[in-house]
Amino acid sequence: MDSLELTYQVPGDDFSRAGEASSAVKRTLKTLGFPPDLIRRIAIAMYEAEINMVIHADGGVVTARISPELVEVSFADVGPGIPDIDLAMQEGYSTASEQVRDLGFGAGMGLPNMKKYADDMTITTTVGVGTTVLLQFQIA
Amino acid sequence: MKIRDIVTLLDAKVFCCEDRLDTEVHAGCGCDMMSDVLAYVKDQAVLLTGLVNPQSIRTAEMMDIVCIVLVRGKEPTPAMIELATERHLPLLGTQKRMFSACGILYSAGLLQEGDQS
Repeated sequence: MDSLELTYQVPGDDFSRAGEASSAVKRTLKTLGFPPDLIRRIAIAMYEAEINMVIHADGGVVTARISPELVEVSFADVGPGIPDIDLAMQEGYSTASEQVRDLGFGAGMGLPNMKKYADDMTITTTVGVGTTVLLQFQIA
Repeated sequence: MKIRDIVTLLDAKVFCCEDRLDTEVHAGCGCDMMSDVLAYVKDQAVLLTGLVNPQSIRTAEMMDIVCIVLVRGKEPTPAMIELATERHLPLLGTQKRMFSACGILYSAGLLQEGDQS
């Protein structure tokens, strides 16, 4: 299999559509025959990242690069940025609104979950400019 | 147990995917916070929730959850039924409250999340 690149625009104004990119990548990985446990890890981490883009940054662009050795997914937004990454990484810490909590998110588990399920996570962020989260998954 | 047994035990209504009621369920999770659901991988699990929006279906899809039960008599939105149907995910509804519904399934032998023994 050659490497494959998939790009998705994540709309920031429609919470009900959040997760469509994660769902599409999950189905592609399944079609390509990747192991189910790996697919589940990728899907969960991607979904958390996608939800974060919608609730904190008015959407953004998801790019998934799939090769036989590595699956790499980047989430680029032009949102407010993360002022304190160490604080944002703490389980239970969240800046999400009450409205978002009513929708079942904002428990402060998003970034910790992404880190837990990905083999490597890199966050590049500038306050007032935006954030890019890169998740990497090694294929055993 | 099978999804069909959950329908009987919880006197549940089936909103979609009646053809999948013979799927085996090995674990259960009762939760309204989807982030908490996403924190623990479970195998062949049922999700009991009071959260009525399409993200409960999306969460189940990402986790490979095999069945969703809406508690306290909540009705799914048309968008939820559509998404659950697309993903072949049986969506059930029970009049029972979360605590009772979880208790009934636990007493009937369904294990808690992560408990594989």
